[in-house]
Amino acid sequence: MRAPSGRDIAAGEALLAVENVSLAFGGVKAISDVSFDIRRGEIRAIIGPNGAGKTSLLNVINGFYQPQRGRITFKGRPRSAMRPYEAALGGIARTFQNVALFKGMTALDNIMAGRALKMRRGFFWQLLWIGPALAEEIEQRRRVEEIIDFLKIQHVRKIQVGKLPYGLQKRVELGRALAMEPDLLLLDEPMAGMNLEEKEDMSRFILDVNAYYGTTIALIEHDMGVVMDLSDRVLVLDHGVKIADGVPAEVQSNQAVIDAYLGLSH
Amino acid sequence: MLYREVGQFKTSYGADQAIFPIAQDRWFVFALIAFAFLAVPLFAGQYLYTEVLIPVLILSIAAIGLNILTGYCGQLSLGSGGFMAVGAYAAYNLALRLPQTNIILVFLFAGFMAMLVGILFGLPSLRIKGFYLAVATLAAQFFLEWAFARVKWFTNYAPSGSVAVGRIELFGITIDTPAKIYIFVLAMTVVLALGAKNLVRGRMGRMWMAMRDMDIAAEIIGIRPLHAKLSAFAVSSFYIGVAGALWGFLRLGSWEPLAFDVNRSFQVLFMIIIGGLGSILGSFLGASFIVLLPIFLNQLPTWLGIAMSTATISHIEFMLFGAIIVLFLIAEPHGLARLWAIAKEKLRLWPFPY
Repeated sequence: MRAPSGRDIAAGEALLAVENVSLAFGGVKAISDVSFDIRRGEIRAIIGPNGAGKTSLLNVINGFYQPQRGRITFKGRPRSAMRPYEAALGGIARTFQNVALFKGMTALDNIMAGRALKMRRGFFWQLLWIGPALAEEIEQRRRVEEIIDFLKIQHVRKIQVGKLPYGLQKRVELGRALAMEPDLLLLDEPMAGMNLEEKEDMSRFILDVNAYYGTTIALIEHDMGVVMDLSDRVLVLDHGVKIADGVPAEVQSNQAVIDAYLGLSH
Repeated sequence: MLYREVGQFKTSYGADQAIFPIAQDRWFVFALIAFAFLAVPLFAGQYLYTEVLIPVLILSIAAIGLNILTGYCGQLSLGSGGFMAVGAYAAYNLALRLPQTNIILVFLFAGFMAMLVGILFGLPSLRIKGFYLAVATLAAQFFLEWAFARVKWFTNYAPSGSVAVGRIELFGITIDTPAKIYIFVLAMTVVLALGAKNLVRGRMGRMWMAMRDMDIAAEIIGIRPLHAKLSAFAVSSFYIGVAGALWGFLRLGSWEPLAFDVNRSFQVLFMIIIGGLGSILGSFLGASFIVLLPIFLNQLPTWLGIAMSTATISHIEFMLFGAIIVLFLIAEPHGLARLWAIAKEKLRLWPFPY
């Protein structure tokens, strides 16, 4: 497998560097010549009006799309074209804009599924459910329970996720991503469709994940209040082009950003 | 009142992840297995064995197999009949060419051959989904049927195309009477069902269900589609192959490819749809339902004292059979296993309203 092992990156160094990446679908340019980096330990926001190419950018990082041009360096190693599971193996986890949970499984099983990469025991041990397979199952369950405690979803662990309210589903999805113990966590609109209280909860969880597990986070979000409060640095895209990049205060006062959001003629 | 888990506190994750975490379930299953092994032989007669118990058990194994693929991993397959045929002919050829082989090994070999063929025909699943995959597996069904009818080596150049098995012996005991066959098949079923249950509640099962529920999300948490789908095809075909060998050896005794035609595939598919997709228990319930319903409908006029010709009875049987399945699917699309789950849920509170 072509898992990018890479080297350890110290806090503050670039964990992921995207250089001059372009992605087009036929004649439609989704991303044109975008460069930016994500430093280890930071919360990096990616914002922009609808259709700006934010999700496409995550899909590129995640291995769903292969960019036609440009270079991606993850953990200090340039990355060739890869499949999403290879990105997962390398330590990239992600949540989706529309909740992408395994609807027929319980919350517990969903998060346990997130540990798939950490489980090694062979088929025959699993068949017998004894010895190493049982020990592994119990050890992984213990880890998963830590995450369940962390996200305060103890009361729903045995409920099918399809039956849970939206806010809790989003939280279970975050739990599943955390179960992978990722180096880089990509959150695609973690607060879309939430009410104020749920947004506040989710914001706390994101800050806690960042502080407690030290996970580097890249998030797409439309709620500017949330973005400005949570993130260390903000990348702004419009029509697939990078128009600003910097700390929240800089971005907020950037004329190009204001124009993009207010819809000035291009 | 009787069925509730109040007071059963689990103090370890092991106990919480156990196969039957609730004590009543555990005792019920133990009692059922003990009953099947010890009590049934005391009263069962030839008819009950050969027409009810043995077919239900063998087809349950096939249904478990298909349920792993379709119910757990979400890959629709119409090739079960073909894979059963692979198992049956593999077992036949091994027993024919190496007559000294232990019968258990013969059945395991049948499973492994079906597994290889299953993996081969599972390869298209990496590219195609849903109905298109169903058509691809249907092609497998027709191809395998054709191969066993036309390639004479498989049938040892039997002029009629039909093959027959000789004496079946296990550790010096000849398995010939229905009672012995029943015990043997029952033991195989219990072992295979427990194995399947263990697989589906562990890492493999979660991998398959993740692939079924949302394949894109499964891939981003590091599950390889190739690995998940082909392992489901492999395990599923193994079970179906063993069931096919058991069906040929212990139910039919002699058979031709027609015994494993597309109707067999549909029969097994109906079993898991009616029993409940994604449920091991459902495989048993579905197999029982599909085997017992025609027998029941067939006997009904006699019981009610209505004089009818056999031909009329069998026509009415077909019509009612179809109608009952349709009605049932409208009333409970999630199958018998869901009915059972609802009943258990209600029993927890009974006799109190809430």
